[in-house]
Amino acid sequence: MNRSRIIGIATILVVGICLIAPSVALGQADAPIASGNQIDGDYGYGLPPMLSKDGQGVDDLIIILHWFMTALFVGWAIFFVYCLFRFRSRAGHKATYDPVKAKASKYAEIGVAAFEAFLLIGLSMPIWAATKNDMPSKDDATHVRVVAEQFQWNFHYPGADGKFGRTAPDMVDTVENPLGLDRSDPAATDDVYATELHLPVNKPVICDLTSKDVIHSFSLPVMRVKQDVIPGMRIPVWFTPVKEGRYEVACAQLCGNNHYSMRAEMVIEDDASFATWLKEVGIVEEFDEDELD
Amino acid sequence: MSGDHHHEPGFIRKYVFSVDHKVIGVQYGVTALCFLFLGFSLMMLMRWQLAYPGEEMPFIGNIFGEDAMPGGVMLPEFYNSLGAMHGTIMIFLGVVPLLVGAFGNYVMPLQIGAPDMAFPKLNMASYWVYLLGGIVMLCSFFVPGGAANSGWTSYPPLSNIATTGQTWWLFGMVCLITSSLLGSVNFIVTIIQLRVEGLTMFRLPYFVWAQLITSFLLLLAFPPLEAAGVLQLMDRLAGTSFFMPEGLVVSGVVQTQMSGGGSPLLWQHLFWFLAHPEVYVLILPAMGIVAEIIANNTRKPLWGYRAMIYSTIFLGFMSFIVWAHHMFMTGMGTKISAFFATTTMIISIPSVVILTALVISLYQGAIRFTVPMLFALAFLPMFAIGGLTGLPLGLPASDIHLHDTYYVIGHFHYVVAPGTIFAIFAGIYHWYPKVTGRTLNNALGYMHFFLSFVFINMVFMPMFWQGMAGVSRRLYDQTVYAHGDAVQSLTIMSSWGAWMLGLAQIPFIINFFISAVAGKKVSNNPWDATTLEWLAPSPPPHGNFETVPVVYRGPYEYSVPGASEDFHPQHVTTEA
Repeated sequence: MNRSRIIGIATILVVGICLIAPSVALGQADAPIASGNQIDGDYGYGLPPMLSKDGQGVDDLIIILHWFMTALFVGWAIFFVYCLFRFRSRAGHKATYDPVKAKASKYAEIGVAAFEAFLLIGLSMPIWAATKNDMPSKDDATHVRVVAEQFQWNFHYPGADGKFGRTAPDMVDTVENPLGLDRSDPAATDDVYATELHLPVNKPVICDLTSKDVIHSFSLPVMRVKQDVIPGMRIPVWFTPVKEGRYEVACAQLCGNNHYSMRAEMVIEDDASFATWLKEVGIVEEFDEDELD
Repeated sequence: MSGDHHHEPGFIRKYVFSVDHKVIGVQYGVTALCFLFLGFSLMMLMRWQLAYPGEEMPFIGNIFGEDAMPGGVMLPEFYNSLGAMHGTIMIFLGVVPLLVGAFGNYVMPLQIGAPDMAFPKLNMASYWVYLLGGIVMLCSFFVPGGAANSGWTSYPPLSNIATTGQTWWLFGMVCLITSSLLGSVNFIVTIIQLRVEGLTMFRLPYFVWAQLITSFLLLLAFPPLEAAGVLQLMDRLAGTSFFMPEGLVVSGVVQTQMSGGGSPLLWQHLFWFLAHPEVYVLILPAMGIVAEIIANNTRKPLWGYRAMIYSTIFLGFMSFIVWAHHMFMTGMGTKISAFFATTTMIISIPSVVILTALVISLYQGAIRFTVPMLFALAFLPMFAIGGLTGLPLGLPASDIHLHDTYYVIGHFHYVVAPGTIFAIFAGIYHWYPKVTGRTLNNALGYMHFFLSFVFINMVFMPMFWQGMAGVSRRLYDQTVYAHGDAVQSLTIMSSWGAWMLGLAQIPFIINFFISAVAGKKVSNNPWDATTLEWLAPSPPPHGNFETVPVVYRGPYEYSVPGASEDFHPQHVTTEA
């Protein structure tokens, strides 16, 4: 391949990229978020804000991993490019038949394996174990049932008695009773239904995840929480929000046509506001029922 | 076997219903390239909706009909169909048939000096069943509700309650799996039984080893998915509930027509028990192609040939016990996740060994930058990126944030697209002279390579940042989320990369067809290579070799000290 051809190709590339750049810039116009609510926090090209008491470990691991990966790749790439240049075919240069007797690659491989073992045993396993085993006591925590369905998140609060009322599939009504809550059950009388996840700040939260239809995934990017919601199973997750504001609940598992719109909002607020909200939502619920009767 | 030809077969037997491994290889190759382009086209359509959500598609928006794109705007159900079919077509109808059906079929028997595959009729059956599966998949676009739209992973209950396209998908998959099973038995027997005299297992080209291990993976991993596919068909058609728990309420309707008691997770286990070995089906033959081309173009024996083979065997075994790392987010506890995370870390070691061997093979070589070599070289850093980005996904804790985001999409596409598909291009440029007797045009080849290399990175590199920002995959419109809207510019960049990548394939397509009739004629061994396929005439006749070769040495005897030429083929009797 001669030099003029390389220059020709380079020109094509540069022109191509110049054509693309403006279209990329033009497409960046800020459209408002569909719900019309302002979402708090700075979102950009890096990790989203981290607002959970226990989420830092996940971030640290991701950051350490990426430094490790970058170091490996750069070191490797330097050797690669050096070889391409140094051992290019040219007049008077011959390949060497005998294999190079370098131990460096073996040490590098052992080093990589050892570091992977450290990442796994030293970092990942403790974080994962805490995520799975250290469930906060239910007495100190806000307890919410999260009921997923195509394409909506339903939140079920137990009310003052701390007990969730009975639910049954045949009582489900998509408009009036998405939870299928049996209001004749004494435990259900003070239960609260909401489509927004309100939580008090600095208090552990336990979410019991269930699904009415297909597999969903309960994703709270700012809490570093993600858990598949599997029909037929009740799976708990927990976290402790540390900053007030309005954030997003996403569905991370393809759940049907409008999967993309299966979004809810999570409001982290102080204890007083949370109590007020709970009361208001509860009243609205009862008021609605009176209206319907 | 090839000695009793009393009559020349007619046109149909020779070129259509042929039992010759070379004709079947070319049939596989051309069919799979068409599917590869189709799968890519589906993705180019999706990229419009992703970059400019809800906007009318220019030029071609109106040809898809009111059911898919009313007013030229893509519906979510059509988007989901495109996504599911892109994955299915690329993997099961494009890449695997190219690697195994085309390269395996064409090159492997030549490299072991065999006149054909061990079971030629089985080989023919494999192709036709594959084609049937492909046609079923294509037809599914035209059934009511469109093609399958539950992702290429088809997780129930969603797939169980999906439109008719899913049933067609399952029938198509049963055909494709059957085809792969027929092929894998054939490959194993051929490699074990039909090697010529002197060709011991450790004189086999690495490509043949890769095909052997791949065949074992196909043979052992596919039956569970075939069984799972039949179970899902029963769920959909016969009212069973293997994957359906009781008490489901879909759109407010209680599902009373089935008994329940099944488990959605059962499907995931059966699916990933196939689909993780499948990843190595996608990568091992690609490594095989790259190894052949690197040895040939560095003019030097491969470094660590035996270590590569042992690593490949080890990879094969390990690939069966890592599947649940796709399922960390299903509610897995500490013990099981510890097991699968550990096996996942262990399986990265043999991959590192193979990649290291390939890059050290460059050291003290005399590197010729031919078109196939450029693609093979590009495979190395691209596969390295794909492999490295697997680490944060293989550790359960970091997977919490990155699971089911664009990070995953970026990761596995780096392995399969600029990784495996570049290896496929390398293989096409490398063996084209053997298949046609003519060489592909160099200028078009270089143009194809450089443009593809830049644009394919422009497609996939932004996805790591999108994933880091927490954007879920499979979203019809990510701008509904604040964290998605913030990185929408990356989506636009990916989309433009994809469309430019599409344009970058034009030189290849032109080259591929024109060179078959007008390319420069070349000798039987244009690359000065050592392995047996280059002994056969180009193109090889029925029965492949004029006389049965005997092998005297290993596959990569390049630059032997004191020799007059810098390559010493396996079949040459004299010592260098």
